[in-house]
Amino acid sequence: MSSVRVLVGTRKGAFILTADAKRTDWKISGPHFAGWEIYHLKGSAVDPNRLYASQSSGWFGQIIQRSDDGGKTWHQPGTPEGESTRTPEGMPKAESNKFVYDTSSETGKPLTTHQWYDGTPHPWEFKRVWHLEPSLTDPDIVYAGVEDAALFRSSDGGRTWHELAGLRGHGSGPHWQPGAGGMCLHSIIVDPTNPGRIFIAISSAGAFRTEDGGKTWQPINRGLNSQYIPNPTAEVGHCVHHIAMHPARPGILFMQKHWDVMRSDDAGESWHEISGNLPTDFGFVIDVHAHEPNTVYVVPIKSDSEHFPLDGKLRVYRSRTGGNDWEPLTKGLPQNDCYVNVLRDAMAVDSLEQCGVYFGTTGGQVYASADAGDTWTAIVRDLPPVVSVEAQTVP
Amino acid sequence: MIRVTLPPHLRKLAHVDGEVLLTVSGEITQRTVLDALEARYPMLCGTVRDQTTHRRRAFVRFFACSQDLSHESPDAPLPNEIATGAEPFMIVGAIAGG
Repeated sequence: MSSVRVLVGTRKGAFILTADAKRTDWKISGPHFAGWEIYHLKGSAVDPNRLYASQSSGWFGQIIQRSDDGGKTWHQPGTPEGESTRTPEGMPKAESNKFVYDTSSETGKPLTTHQWYDGTPHPWEFKRVWHLEPSLTDPDIVYAGVEDAALFRSSDGGRTWHELAGLRGHGSGPHWQPGAGGMCLHSIIVDPTNPGRIFIAISSAGAFRTEDGGKTWQPINRGLNSQYIPNPTAEVGHCVHHIAMHPARPGILFMQKHWDVMRSDDAGESWHEISGNLPTDFGFVIDVHAHEPNTVYVVPIKSDSEHFPLDGKLRVYRSRTGGNDWEPLTKGLPQNDCYVNVLRDAMAVDSLEQCGVYFGTTGGQVYASADAGDTWTAIVRDLPPVVSVEAQTVP
Repeated sequence: MIRVTLPPHLRKLAHVDGEVLLTVSGEITQRTVLDALEARYPMLCGTVRDQTTHRRRAFVRFFACSQDLSHESPDAPLPNEIATGAEPFMIVGAIAGG
């Protein structure tokens, strides 16, 4: 019988929530890496027990952690294959993982600056890993989206990382600038039908696509309209908050932009707005039902200056028509005095027959719906602020 | 032996309790002490100083013998009390909070 594992990254550690397919009785494990910011954890689609975690701290930098047993034990994946992960004295051997920007002329155009908030040139500085995206075919291949924005790839299970420098070097990089949360590469989607095609998104540069596994890239922001930048329809500069795709329809993308919920039917070549009857189209998360490619979820947030639900009511909105027609889902969610936020990587779906939907809040609640959003319950209410949520369906 | 104290997060990461004792060859400087620390505890690479530039991370400070050594040259000799093991070389996270 299948079970579900929900991986929760918070400001003060990671938590792993597990339940059987009924999804009523949950076990909570954690905090793992207590006291550290865990921006993201994600499991391999090929080997569900292979998990990757981004552990970081403004004080002590970036650590990559890996589990090969579904989160029971973790190690820094720097130990050569075949060797013990511990010294004879019992010490972990692995070194922290290096994320060094590629400035070699052979692999990419050397880039030294992007734009700072005030428009002045600012040097590229690595800060942290925002998102880890394991390959769909090889558990040892994993992509990392980092701040300051760049895409890294590991082909040895997270031991070493190499920048796919063509993204920063394709031409528009010097014009990128940070959003309020930093200049982060936060969304990575690998096309399951074409492993050479990868979509990524950066705040606040926009969305980009490669067709050759990351060597060359192009901006895919036509149709986006952002009134808060000097040229609202510029090729880059849009604050894309998250993008999502259903694996059965890899050419159709959904986007929660700073303002506006958007859709592309041509792999990002053009976008059109699908905000429709949403009460506000500001927000961070967006996700797609596991079995219904036209069923999309968002959590509307009041505005860019008031990062909490409209009217103090926490409502997930669901569209069964691929956008424009949205219905509020409220059963089990607080409908008064609720002023939490739901951050961009903090929603996920499982792939059980009755699709489960999960999201976490900055108030430390993780809500689950075992019926595609009709009803919700809080799995846990008092975690540290939730940064990311991923769901695994474990055979 | 050179005595080094670590902030709690790094003690946990390195799986150590209390002070770290290091054998350091040659002149005792910030650089040689940190080289020895990272060689003995490779999981700390990048947590105290940048892995590429070896510059001290912004929110990490170095103290010894009641002195703030954070802004001293990494190649300047550390006080003799460090070299003799009479005093520890203290790696401290900048204070957060009110």
